[in-house]
Amino acid sequence: MRKLVIAISMLAFTGAAASADPIADRQALMKERGKLVGTLAKMVKGEQAFDAAAVLDALKGLEANAEKFDAAALFPAGSDHGGKTTAAPKIWEDTAGFKAAEDKFLADVKAAVASPPADLGGLKAQLGTIGDDCSSCHQTYRIKKS
Amino acid sequence: MGLAGKLLAAAAVVGCACAAAGWFLSAPVRLDAEEVAKLGTGDAVKGRRIFFAGGCASCHAKPKAEGDARFDLAGGVELKTAFGTFVAPNISQDAKDGIGAWSMEDFANAVLKGVAPSGEHLYPAFPYASYARMKPSDVADLYAFMKTLPAVSGKAPGHRLSFPFNVRRGIGLWKLAYLSDGPVIGLPADASAAVAAGRYLVEGPGHCGECHTPRDFAGGSKKAEWLAGATAAEGEGIVPNITSGEGGIGGWSADDIAGYLETGFTPDFDSVGGAMVDVQKNIAELTPDDRAAIAAYLKAIPPHPNGYPPRKKPES
Repeated sequence: MRKLVIAISMLAFTGAAASADPIADRQALMKERGKLVGTLAKMVKGEQAFDAAAVLDALKGLEANAEKFDAAALFPAGSDHGGKTTAAPKIWEDTAGFKAAEDKFLADVKAAVASPPADLGGLKAQLGTIGDDCSSCHQTYRIKKS
Repeated sequence: MGLAGKLLAAAAVVGCACAAAGWFLSAPVRLDAEEVAKLGTGDAVKGRRIFFAGGCASCHAKPKAEGDARFDLAGGVELKTAFGTFVAPNISQDAKDGIGAWSMEDFANAVLKGVAPSGEHLYPAFPYASYARMKPSDVADLYAFMKTLPAVSGKAPGHRLSFPFNVRRGIGLWKLAYLSDGPVIGLPADASAAVAAGRYLVEGPGHCGECHTPRDFAGGSKKAEWLAGATAAEGEGIVPNITSGEGGIGGWSADDIAGYLETGFTPDFDSVGGAMVDVQKNIAELTPDDRAAIAAYLKAIPPHPNGYPPRKKPES
């Protein structure tokens, strides 16, 4: 019994592994998203040729990134200030809404990896979906600061 | 009458004269007949572009409305400012709760002069300080387009403002100081057609300066810091500097600006956020030429450093 309790508490601990610097960690994940989205956007803008393999790589990267985005670990209480964060108080006022926005992004990139765009038109639509996820979350849960 | 009495009488006369002058000067001013004649008949198809350029749905539709829900203009969005809370009214075609009973002239007086059909001043939270620069024919087109939109019943609650801002007549004096249909930025004679078109969209219907330009103590735009960014007048945080000055978007090319307005991605693939999300989606409904014009204008205006204070100290 005692072993079970310890095992469960260890599981719980790994499940919500506290991050040493959650603000830096979440900002790094966001920066990586920007870079991956950039790979897709450059093709849509015509700066680079459509490359199905590179598109799939970027989408897989976004999926892996979204999997790592553990809202509870990255946005612990008290991380609403410091470290040049632009996180809005709304994240902690409406945690369920924030998680739902993140879950939608994860579901959308998972679906994209499962059925990647075959041509530039498909990529454009895909980028539109991803962009809507970005802006919809940033509309409510991010505040521009000086 | 002693000296004191004479002084008192003189003060009373001056006081009355000032009050009379103030009352006279603060009177709502409507469009004159010549301006009304310029409205024409209005073209609903062309009005759709003006509806999106003007961002009507951002305040008058439900928050996060998409698709046709953007055309249900029942109001109710609250703008919490230093002056109090403004509530966007119902501007749907409902005759009782909205503006369905307004004539085109009523509508143009509201948009261009900030005057309601009742003759009262409207609060400049409705950005007529920018809309005053709109072409009468565009206002007429917008009216015609809005006539095609649904009637939604239900009046939005009134504004909740503190004294003296709850005295509507005072807005007349505010208008004397700040309401002008002239351009903010003078352009050289050889300015391109795109820059001029962009100036019209940005300074007029787009009302970009309402958020991106800092305001003075009375809530008027500081035109010497045009589009330099500002502490948010509504909500939290700051609104970015969109001039080419330090802290601004000098590093963005005209294509970057137009691309951002179309897709919502910045040149480094961050995304649009906050209140700009609705604005970007509206501007995405315009033509590529319109977005290129906005970009050309933003590249042409005087650069300013940030119009908001820097972050106080490194936070721990």
